[in-house]
Amino acid sequence: MAVERVREIRGSGLPLRGDDIDTDRIIPARFLKAITFEGLQDHLFEDDRAQAPGHPVSNPTYAGARVMLVQSNFGCGSSREHAPQAINRRGIRAVVGQSFSEIFFGNSVALGMPCPTVSRETTDALITFAEQDPSGEIVVDLSAMKVTAGGRAFDLTLPAAAREAFLDGTWDATGLLLDDYDDVRRVAAALPYVATSW
Amino acid sequence: MPATLFEKIWKAHSIRRLPNGQEQLFIGLHLIHEVTTPQAFDMLHARGLGVAMPERTIATVDHIVPTLDQRRPFLDVMAEDMLSALERNCRAHGIRLLNIDSGQQGIVHVIGPELGLTQPGMTIACGDSHTSTHGAFGAVAFGIGTSQVRDVLASQCLAMEPLKVRRISVQGRLGRGIYAKDVILEIIRRLGVKGGAGYAYEYAGDAVARMSMDERMTICNMSIEGGARVGYVNPDETTFAYLRGRPFAPQGDAFERATAWWASMASDAGASYDDEVVLKAGEIRPTVTWGINPGQSVAVDEALPANADPEALTFMGFRAGQRVQGTKIDVAFVGSCTNARLSDLREAARVIRGQHVARHVKALVVPGSQAVRAAAEREGLDRVFLDAGFEWRSAGCSMCLAMNPDRLDGREICASSSNRNFKGRQGSPTGRTLLMSPAMVAAAAVAGEVVDVREFAPAEVTVGR
Repeated sequence: MAVERVREIRGSGLPLRGDDIDTDRIIPARFLKAITFEGLQDHLFEDDRAQAPGHPVSNPTYAGARVMLVQSNFGCGSSREHAPQAINRRGIRAVVGQSFSEIFFGNSVALGMPCPTVSRETTDALITFAEQDPSGEIVVDLSAMKVTAGGRAFDLTLPAAAREAFLDGTWDATGLLLDDYDDVRRVAAALPYVATSW
Repeated sequence: MPATLFEKIWKAHSIRRLPNGQEQLFIGLHLIHEVTTPQAFDMLHARGLGVAMPERTIATVDHIVPTLDQRRPFLDVMAEDMLSALERNCRAHGIRLLNIDSGQQGIVHVIGPELGLTQPGMTIACGDSHTSTHGAFGAVAFGIGTSQVRDVLASQCLAMEPLKVRRISVQGRLGRGIYAKDVILEIIRRLGVKGGAGYAYEYAGDAVARMSMDERMTICNMSIEGGARVGYVNPDETTFAYLRGRPFAPQGDAFERATAWWASMASDAGASYDDEVVLKAGEIRPTVTWGINPGQSVAVDEALPANADPEALTFMGFRAGQRVQGTKIDVAFVGSCTNARLSDLREAARVIRGQHVARHVKALVVPGSQAVRAAAEREGLDRVFLDAGFEWRSAGCSMCLAMNPDRLDGREICASSSNRNFKGRQGSPTGRTLLMSPAMVAAAAVAGEVVDVREFAPAEVTVGR
């Protein structure tokens, strides 16, 4: 795989208020009935949107957004990668929030889409910024670990390993895992249940 | 130095530290199913890669299978496409597929244990968040996304970061009519839906030690609902007795030797934990969710909190201060990887034997696997349910997530033994889910409304253990 470094994401915001937004809401299960990820973006938050006509994902003002702004425990529940896939295919290149479920976070890393966290106050400030100025630029800078909006800079947090993976372009792990494969065989052979040494 | 089971398994499976600081972890068992794999195989093919260890990979079909008419091709063209893709991929890579006609098909988290594939000391991954279920055997088991499924197919490894360990001790005796489901709902309510982020949950204490494997699986299954990707119980005699004689478990003398290794992987007495929580079993009551996440629950006879989340109240049609008891239901669902094992069906059947489902309720029982269904039929449980007016279905995920014909309609309310009460989870965007134990679901089906199973069938509920 070609190395693709993810250092800075620059673009307008897509604000989404609410804690504990689960992946069933992000992409309802009926849209998982397919053998590709194609077209998932059309169904992003489909049921929430139908029940809330003013939903930001339906709002054309946010059509070109690149940075999604969320609150706490975003992406909890089902492990479906379809959720970050749908978000990514909608044009979003980074999701900034107070906290993420671990599986959603890991799935997003595998897509090269960072999910750095910020304080509760910062999510509020960023969401308010995007609501008041939908075309206002937000800059997510993984080198400086800052997010900038409307001339204000806020601290970002990202686990060191994930940050390195984005900056080095090693977020697609497959190649790394196949390096020096004899080491894998050696560890496996030492496990009694693999060696069936019992 | 004394260590936890998590630390021991991690160490035994760690290959190396990757350049980015993550660790490369060997995966002992990779379980796959039709929903989260077709894209993974496509990515593999696009890169010209094969499956590293097909013999450590097992497939089944569960999410999309119809539970009424399973003749091929399925009536749902997309469901048929998904199973066909799985069949094609398994054939191409030499992966064993436990298909509809195998007699061994079922929900992936039900068949792994019942076939003896799931064993203590293993690392287990599957593209499904309820993979934590397998932790009941003293394995480190977790859900992954499709790109990670690709990685495991390609390398039998994952890039991971280690977790902290929180020991949750449930101490003392559970009251009469209190089930494992009530215990895990109480744990999630207490610690919150994101309380487990960054942790593996080790369930301990004498109440857990007395639990059957089925009960331990119910608890570990819903770890993810508390934000913990991994949940486990240390392996003990109950674990070993369950595994003895299972088709994929070691046989004969090998079983005895395996037992010694399995026992050695349990947490040491002096192991240190990143956090410890103690729950008194005697305080746990029959628990029911009222909201739109599994942490929003109350005891069946308890009032909804005054500060209940307004969004959840509005969606569910409840008011703060009201009780869930007495809520009229439309549908009753006994099924899912949480509660569709033989003991779950037995407990549900016991409380409704000789009675009939309320006229306005649609009630269905969906066994977790073909083996569970067959075992239940040998005991006559199918007759108990059918005579009571329940539908008796074939194995699958069914109405837990409605990727198949089983789903709610409109704003229907479902008493459900499944694991998630998220908005739209059961297939209708406005459908409502009340999570509870299978015995509580069965009682609600007959009463037509949410009841306290201890009052509904005082002689038939479990005796406090």
